[in-house]
Amino acid sequence: GKDPNPIGQTEGSKWQKPRLSRKSLMKCCLVKWIIASTTQQGPGKDSSDSDLELSMVRHQPEGLEQLQAQTQFTRKELQSLYRGFKNECPSGLVDEETFKTIYSQFFPQGDATTYAHFLFNAFDMDRNGSIRFEDFVLGLSVLLRGSVTEKLRWAFNLYDINKDGYITKEEMLAIMTSIYDMMGRCTLPSVRDDSPFEHVEKFFQKMDRNRDGVVTIDEFIETCQKDESIMASMQLFENVI
Amino acid sequence: MAAGVATWLPFARAAAVGWLPLAKKTMPKPPVDNSSRSDEILYVNVSGVRFQTWKNTLDRYPDTLLGSSEKEFFYNEDTQEYFFDRDPEMFRHILNFYRTGKLHYPRQECIQAFDEELAFYGIVPEIIGDCCMEEYRDRKKENQERLAEDTEANEAMDAPLPPHSTPRERLWRAFENPHTSTMALVFYYVTGFFIAVSVIANVVETVPCRPPKGSVKDLPCGEKYQLAFFCMDTACVLIFTFEYLMRLFAAPSRCKFMRSVMSVIDVVAIMPYYIGLVMPENEDVSGAFVTLRVFRVFRIFKFSRHSQGLRILGYTLKSCASELGFLLFSLTMAIIIFATVMFYAEKGTKGSTFTSIPASFWYTIVTMTTLGYGDMVPNTIAGKIFGSICSLSGVLVIALPVPVIVSNFSRIYHQNQRADKMRAQQKVRLARIRMAKKGTANAFLQYKEDRDRDSDSTALCVKNKSAFEHQHHHLLHCLEKTTNHEFTDEMTYSELCMTESVGFRTSRSTSLSSQQGGQNNSTGCCPRRARRRAAMRLANSTVSVSRGSVQELDTLHVKTTSIPPQTRSSLNAQSDDLKLNCGEQDFTAAIISIPTPPANTPDESLPPSPAPIPGILRNTRATAYTHETVKISSL
Repeated sequence: GKDPNPIGQTEGSKWQKPRLSRKSLMKCCLVKWIIASTTQQGPGKDSSDSDLELSMVRHQPEGLEQLQAQTQFTRKELQSLYRGFKNECPSGLVDEETFKTIYSQFFPQGDATTYAHFLFNAFDMDRNGSIRFEDFVLGLSVLLRGSVTEKLRWAFNLYDINKDGYITKEEMLAIMTSIYDMMGRCTLPSVRDDSPFEHVEKFFQKMDRNRDGVVTIDEFIETCQKDESIMASMQLFENVI
Repeated sequence: MAAGVATWLPFARAAAVGWLPLAKKTMPKPPVDNSSRSDEILYVNVSGVRFQTWKNTLDRYPDTLLGSSEKEFFYNEDTQEYFFDRDPEMFRHILNFYRTGKLHYPRQECIQAFDEELAFYGIVPEIIGDCCMEEYRDRKKENQERLAEDTEANEAMDAPLPPHSTPRERLWRAFENPHTSTMALVFYYVTGFFIAVSVIANVVETVPCRPPKGSVKDLPCGEKYQLAFFCMDTACVLIFTFEYLMRLFAAPSRCKFMRSVMSVIDVVAIMPYYIGLVMPENEDVSGAFVTLRVFRVFRIFKFSRHSQGLRILGYTLKSCASELGFLLFSLTMAIIIFATVMFYAEKGTKGSTFTSIPASFWYTIVTMTTLGYGDMVPNTIAGKIFGSICSLSGVLVIALPVPVIVSNFSRIYHQNQRADKMRAQQKVRLARIRMAKKGTANAFLQYKEDRDRDSDSTALCVKNKSAFEHQHHHLLHCLEKTTNHEFTDEMTYSELCMTESVGFRTSRSTSLSSQQGGQNNSTGCCPRRARRRAAMRLANSTVSVSRGSVQELDTLHVKTTSIPPQTRSSLNAQSDDLKLNCGEQDFTAAIISIPTPPANTPDESLPPSPAPIPGILRNTRATAYTHETVKISSL
């Protein structure tokens, strides 16, 4: 084709004379249509292939025996869990958007999407962007049937956003803000802008033994084990399933 | 709640373990769940056809018959199954709804039967999936319209007059609906007859009759029998005038009536006569007079009151106006182009009929509509070529848009209907979602109210709540305890803001906060910005505020920067525990309480350490501090 710069253009003129170049002609719809109708349809149906959407990837979970071995659930429980899971996600995978939508339904007054994001990362252990049934069930096993130490470890993993083994104040602030976001606007007393911040301060005061500004897993577990109310509440959700 | 939420609730509850180490208050006890947790297969017998499904499947929608305890009423102990004496064909669709979460409408079923089944099983029709929604709506609307028409027809036939109607109302009703009384019917037919007579008279007037004796040329009948025609015309006009005045009198809204099309036609029909009466008989205006008589033909439009078809045609044309307008516009463009071309092509010819471009318009129109009168023909070769092009394009220009208009009209009409339906449906759906959200929020608030009212929460508020609701409320309660804030509703929240602003204003009158109040001047509700600024300033300040004087604190504030650098060191520098509750008044109290040595292990429930603080404010604040779930003590 010709050069794209129109030669009729003077300095500072806004209106460019339309070039009757071959390129612009080919772009004209009418010409295209005429040409398309006169040429034969090629044998290769390449364009139609790209129109076809690839069917959804189906993920098959590991066998029932393996999951039984890895988790603390009984066979029947696993069956029931899988039936529910499969019914909701026929493809066998939960992506983040779906997860956020589901979790947000439980908190109608606030915005649960940020917390759901953190929760998603906590469940998605291999960080591939979707939760499979194994991840789901392994997480649930820890939360519902695991020992106290395991649960605390899971909670630490949730708070540690970048999974580097340390909880910094920024990470904790992010988590806390997202939790307070779930409360929404209409609370009593109303959530102030620094409520998460002071909560983080309290948390660090309690957990950060050596005052180095981060909480390690050992500090965390140790402090929690010393706190009676936390220990007592750990048994709370055992009969959920 | 939406589909499948019940499946995920256990998971959300399990994930709440993540809040446990952070909780400020102790967590509430979980609801006791005595029901057997294991899943079992239920047998449902619907008129002999046995269906089997998991219990969990039915539990997905706890607000329907099958999902709630209502189905226990249908349980048959002898056969250990649930028996429903309903249509098994319909039940298949209902059960599929539980399984897949989507409700489909079977097209071969009667819409009313389907509605009845849905009502029985407690399922709202709004959740019909998008694939079947349109069909469902169309059928339902059709059904409703048909029923409405039937009832209307029945009513219209022999509807009694409303008891205390004035003569005026009765008259109007008689005019609008001639079938109501015999008099109205008679009047209806009489006016119709006279319209016909008037139109025929107008037509016959112009027919040439045999000339009277002693004259040669033919005379139109109108002039021969002038008196007879005049009398007939007068009679018709009198009747029309009378009818118009009666309608005007009876009309409920006279202005609206006068603006309506039919009334305009009536006026135009009778005006020429009166104008003709008052006009003097001289030559100058007789031309105008003749023109006026043309308007008498408008009487024929009065027939549209008598004919439904005419009205429909008028309405169709009105609704097609834009398409017709476009057709007209494109025709005009083509006419102008061809007329110009023909004129210039034929310009040189001697004795050409194409005298000007407007004169060529006539040729173009006649040619394009393929009439071809032949009064104007091109003589030059160029003219003939263009003439043929003109006639060929005429076929295209006129024949093509017409079916397009017809199909366009039909498509746009249906599309409009569909768009309105979609919008209405969307609104309904959104409203329902909002309502459901509100419902769950309200249910939780209600639960809290009940709980606060009765001290022990176990037995009394169990009333009508399902296990699902119990568990969901427990989850929300856990969140409240974690953050140490409570859910509330809009009203309370706005009240809260009101009291805050009031409280703030009253606190300013106290002595201590004169300068600070001035500094932290915030307006009305939830002065977050001011609080944040204040909190940041305090965060930055070093703890050397063991002096309790307000002056120094003020200077401290002035010195520090507004944006705290969020480094670890600076954050760690602050060791105060500021329990800033809502409102500026508390802020001032907190300033005062800084002299106290910072607590090493701040507990969840903050005891108000009785610090040696000047100021009366502290006492009143004490109450605010002890109660974590605060009802703001209005100062």
